Amino acid sequence: MITCAEAVRQLWEYLDGVVEEADREAIEEHLSFCRRCCGELDFAEELRRFLARSDEPALPADVKARLLATLTDLGDRA
Amino acid sequence: MSVFPEQGMLRAQQPAEDTSPKRSGFQALAAQELPRLYRLARRLVGDEAEDAVQDTLLKGYRAYASIADQVAAPAWLTAILVNCCRDRARAKGRRAEETELDEGDDFSLYRTIAAEDPFPYSDSLHLDFLHQFGREDVRAVLAELPQLYRLPLVLCYCEGYQVKEVAHLREVPLGTMLARLHRGRKLFERTLWEYAERHGLLKENARR
Repeated sequence: MITCAEAVRQLWEYLDGVVEEADREAIEEHLSFCRRCCGELDFAEELRRFLARSDEPALPADVKARLLATLTDLGDRA
Repeated sequence: MSVFPEQGMLRAQQPAEDTSPKRSGFQALAAQELPRLYRLARRLVGDEAEDAVQDTLLKGYRAYASIADQVAAPAWLTAILVNCCRDRARAKGRRAEETELDEGDDFSLYRTIAAEDPFPYSDSLHLDFLHQFGREDVRAVLAELPQLYRLPLVLCYCEGYQVKEVAHLREVPLGTMLARLHRGRKLFERTLWEYAERHGLLKENARR
């Protein structure tokens, strides 16, 4: 049996799929009865999606043109 | 996504007089990868992204003869880009950003939001907190983190790499990368909360 603190410490690793099998079972057993930790788990999943939202603007046309020019000049510069 | 290739997977360089197949092969590969490389560089070094990609093209071309495993070629370019971004961060005197912080931070954003209760009439408090942030804000929060911790967060959660691939890319043991990722998440949670405090996002209907 693990405590809430132990479960919470491993929630992201659990979501990343990098905890040992025995730890995974202990976390799932804890989540089966602990509502608060289920809330933490949902929030951790939400935060992962939130991070993935931080997309950057597409490659601007002028930057693309300069980078392609670098590629064209490669034999001379490198 | 494949595991990053070793340098040994690249064949020895062609003689100097035979550069055109090398050049056209590399040009085709790099041109196709430019949007992805630029996006990743933006996430790692912000406004220096264009320069970091330029560095990558020059370094990549020097090392490139022809890649035995074409599937691994994009990952190989990614590895060069990540090194170029780190070199740029170092050159700007941000060496402190390479220092490992200790593991003592037990900050929990979930518990902080519950305790501070910024939206007292909400029945989805935690989601309401996240909904205050626009994409610009998420980017700004990531940019505040030290490069050492931003890198695994960006590669794993924004770009979809496995932790073991990032460990291989940075040539550190898996345990070290897992610890950096853990520390990075904690820093991200803390920075997100502090950013919300600074920018007045902790008010009901702050963005509506």
